[in-house]
Amino acid sequence: MKYDLIVIGAGPAGMSGAIKAASYGAKVAIIDENPSVGGKLLGQLHKEPKSGWWHGRKIAREMETNLRQTEVTCFQGKEVWAIYPRWKVLMNNGEELQSEYVLIASGATEKAIPVPGWTLPGAMAVGAAQTLTNYHRVKPGNKVAVIGVDPLSLSVAHQLKLAGVHVVGIFLPPNNEFSKDKSTPSQMISYLSSMAHAAPNIFLKFAGNMAKYPFVQQVGAKFYPWFGIRIWGTPLYLRKTVLEISGAEQVEHIKVAPVSQEGIPNEDRVKTVDVDCVCISGGLYPLTELAGAVGCESVYIEELGGHIPLHSPEMETTQPGIFVAGNITGIESAKVAMEQGNLAGTAVAAKLGLVSYKLIEEAQKNVTQARDNAVITFQQNIGKGREKSQQYWKEYYSKGGEAICRQLMLS
Amino acid sequence: MMRITDHPILEDLEKRPVTITFNGMDYQAYEGESIAAALLANHIRVLRYSEKNREPRGIYCGIGHCYECRVTVDGKRSVRACITNVQDQMHIESQDRDDS
Repeated sequence: MKYDLIVIGAGPAGMSGAIKAASYGAKVAIIDENPSVGGKLLGQLHKEPKSGWWHGRKIAREMETNLRQTEVTCFQGKEVWAIYPRWKVLMNNGEELQSEYVLIASGATEKAIPVPGWTLPGAMAVGAAQTLTNYHRVKPGNKVAVIGVDPLSLSVAHQLKLAGVHVVGIFLPPNNEFSKDKSTPSQMISYLSSMAHAAPNIFLKFAGNMAKYPFVQQVGAKFYPWFGIRIWGTPLYLRKTVLEISGAEQVEHIKVAPVSQEGIPNEDRVKTVDVDCVCISGGLYPLTELAGAVGCESVYIEELGGHIPLHSPEMETTQPGIFVAGNITGIESAKVAMEQGNLAGTAVAAKLGLVSYKLIEEAQKNVTQARDNAVITFQQNIGKGREKSQQYWKEYYSKGGEAICRQLMLS
Repeated sequence: MMRITDHPILEDLEKRPVTITFNGMDYQAYEGESIAAALLANHIRVLRYSEKNREPRGIYCGIGHCYECRVTVDGKRSVRACITNVQDQMHIESQDRDDS
């Protein structure tokens, strides 16, 4: 089957791109391996300063209606297994779709911080707990410990409380080569202070305010109470770590130890806490395998969360016709992802001759605006990361990278 | 009770009950929810056992990435419980139990 645009991933970025291009008259297909469209949008729930509650499931439903109205063909519960030049998209049911333009919006995944005992049922990524709670409305546990202090884990802790789950505490991860700075109290306090300029929930706001004062930043780690500070009844322990998760068939206990400012646990003061669920949060990184498999050049940009496909200001990668949008280009909020999707959709529509190229500029402005107004920031110095990304693209382009790519494609 | 009712922000979901079986036992689930969510709502966390050491495993990433939650569905092995919805009369079995 031939389409004007094939979108891979029906999260906020992919759906926006599909709807935008289709609204300009393009024939669009969208593929997602989940049974419902929406991606991680489905579990999101936080308060926006101006517009009230951001209820991801509801927004996803509205976008689903838009997909239908713009006559986008949806392939749900289908995986993309291969993309061949230029371009054939092969799905796991053997079906093959063709298009000159493909938008890869595969999103992000969570970094794992291994903790002894983390394979026990009941230990899960914090994002899994978020979807269970807000989308499926099933408690991930009755007594939950959260490991890892970052915008996502603090948001989910808040959401668990809203749903009536007893959160026994938010702890630092154990010190190992996967946790690095995230296990050090002093590093965590300065990190939190840099993230909380516009915190959408009480946990983030508190953490940010506490660390806003230089005094607290300098001595905060030293004087941060061992017993934690309670936020809405949930202790935030910046001086305690979880050494081990244990249980016979599933999670039953965690072993908790106080840590020095540098993150070294005091093994003489280990306490056992009863829990039935542990949510582990190690942060997010862009999910780029598919772009890599197609041969898109990538760069590592710390500020964006990891490796990202090199892309133009119009969101086109080094493989002509392959576009990217959303968290595959760097970890940001759903609103930014949506505007990136709109931009990619507009750029493809312009290339197809459906709209004026002038509309691209406007779409680019909307991305910047969404970024400036973002309520949740997942990465420090995201703006710097975006600048780097553009710089790398310019360098690549000036070295004739695109010409090289095209030659490779023809040979 | 694992199901969340009376949420202060989210309105209640419209739910249509279905029946699923897990390791030969009947359980109630709701249309539109994942196998993992339905089983957890019924207090079931152990979805399978590891091939080598027969250690219990359950849902981990929740996005179909880690494959820790794989179960046998209507005879088909290694279906991901976190991104597969329940269906009425679905037969689910955990993989690599000693007695399986």
